[in-house]
Amino acid sequence: MALSTSSNFARPDDAFRAIVEAHRGLNDEQSADFDAALVLILANHIGDLDVLRDAIALARRRMIDAGQQQQQQQQ
Amino acid sequence: MAEANAQTKNQAKTQFGYRRHADQDRDGADLAEHPVVVVGAGPVGLSFAIDLAQRGHGVVLLDDADRIGEGSRAICFSKRALEYWDRLGVGGRMVDKGVVWSVGRIFHGASQLYEFNLLPEQGHKRPAFINLQQFYAEAYLVDRVEQLPAISSRWRNKVVALEPLNDGVLLTIATPDGLYRMWASYVIACDGARSSLRQLVGAEFSGQTFEDQFLIADVRMTAEFPTERWFWFDPPFHAGRSALLHKQPDDIWRIDLQLHPDADPAIEKLPRNVRPRIARMLGHDRFDFEWISLYKFQCRRMDRFIHGRVIFAGDAAHQVSPFGARGANSGLEDAENLSWKLDRVLRGLSPESLLETYHVERSAAADENIQESTRSTDFMAPSSRQETRLRRAVLSLARETEFGQRMVNAGRLSVPTIYDSPLSTPDQDDWRGGPRPGTSMPDAPIAARDGRPCFLTDAFISEGTRFTLLEFGNGAAPRVPEGVGRIRIGGEDGFADTRGLAGARYDAGRGTAYLLRPDGYVAARFRHPSPAAIEAALSRATGIN
Repeated sequence: MALSTSSNFARPDDAFRAIVEAHRGLNDEQSADFDAALVLILANHIGDLDVLRDAIALARRRMIDAGQQQQQQQQ
Repeated sequence: MAEANAQTKNQAKTQFGYRRHADQDRDGADLAEHPVVVVGAGPVGLSFAIDLAQRGHGVVLLDDADRIGEGSRAICFSKRALEYWDRLGVGGRMVDKGVVWSVGRIFHGASQLYEFNLLPEQGHKRPAFINLQQFYAEAYLVDRVEQLPAISSRWRNKVVALEPLNDGVLLTIATPDGLYRMWASYVIACDGARSSLRQLVGAEFSGQTFEDQFLIADVRMTAEFPTERWFWFDPPFHAGRSALLHKQPDDIWRIDLQLHPDADPAIEKLPRNVRPRIARMLGHDRFDFEWISLYKFQCRRMDRFIHGRVIFAGDAAHQVSPFGARGANSGLEDAENLSWKLDRVLRGLSPESLLETYHVERSAAADENIQESTRSTDFMAPSSRQETRLRRAVLSLARETEFGQRMVNAGRLSVPTIYDSPLSTPDQDDWRGGPRPGTSMPDAPIAARDGRPCFLTDAFISEGTRFTLLEFGNGAAPRVPEGVGRIRIGGEDGFADTRGLAGARYDAGRGTAYLLRPDGYVAARFRHPSPAAIEAALSRATGIN
């Protein structure tokens, strides 16, 4: 099974809000702790190393894209 | 392990005198010639020498020291190691002296996170692990060596030069009486992590060094702690670091404490600094030090275990951190893997290329052991703030979830590697379980014809620790090739599978047969073997095809 990137939630806004609201009242350090736990819980629920690796690769691409944008802005 | 820079008490249990050997009086064209010279009389070299001698070969065993057993070295010997030592005739002594254990507990802060059992099922001759000081293991192995006239043990014999030739090696050896030389068809280098033979052949030994330092102390005390492996993350007595407590025979306890990377070794190892730390851990200070040392761990291996006619085994070939008991145990697996192959090559039964499969199988095992041990060490000593954060998340999730417990890594304890090997015949039939080819044979309780209970591993030894067909009886027994042993389960003349566990563990039906290698690994398995299929699997497993 490959990583699914089509929309899986009937109401995607609800899912996004649920995650955003979970961070309410947390400082940056606490938010990072929370995210670490959430990632591990979701990774285990997926339970498929190939899917996890695809997800990691997709997330890493964001970092590279963001880095390039930053560079272009500086130029 | 890396640099052991400490002392305290000399724990040498056995001292051996240097004795001049007649080989030392030979020179020029008259040099002695030996089929096999083993360098290094540690657990691996001793076991290898015994194995090969039991297979009928003369072995010269050299060691540059004249004693065994100093300090804190290996203490955990695996089920697999004990099964090997049973074949060498020393398993019983090891288990009788050792502390048997299978349960571990993991603590975080002041409270327990979870416990685990490494051998929850019954019906195995040997336990998951014993703890035994390495010097006892070596002393029992030396006793066995001395029963075998085929082994010539030479203490204070240090190899100082190696000259490779096509079909052998010319060795120059330093002794208290000066230098002498001899020929060897094969040299087996079991001379430890700081192997001088590795340097003599000019081989690289590269890998990763961990920054964190660990303090290892063996203390003597009488205590009521159970015989379990206890591991703490961030304990109240050693804030922010990890700690390990483990029992050895003679009321000795092994304690590992993780120190800060910048800790000063000279100061940290002073008993007056170690004592209060351990007193906080134990809750009292009624103990004496047997040994204190500081280590930095390394994970590394040689690119090639075979350099012409010089073959490396044990720590000389690969080195791991101690979390997981993968050092000595994997070295013993090297010995059992190499000895039967060298036996066949020396007898001319298999081509020399069979030895290459030692490198293939055991370097893959070394990679696996290095990966496991690196992951454990990384988990204990996270190298970034985010890594620390993820570990904290795992530890906190472990309190309420099974998946969190299984992600906690306080050492993945040694189990035999499964070989993806050219010697294995791939499965043709349907299997729902049982050991696939390349897996070491699981034990099971059985009974002899007279009703006497025994184990499958006993039957394997009784058959001569050679290629053996394990078959689950059904009328006429299949013909086995010449030189192959036979263990029959069921039928009128076979062993009885009294509890049904042999059949269950081997996913056996009527007519099922497993071809076992002399090291107890599965070479092939069949639902209904034909003589031709068994012959073909045997040819493949012996490197002939």
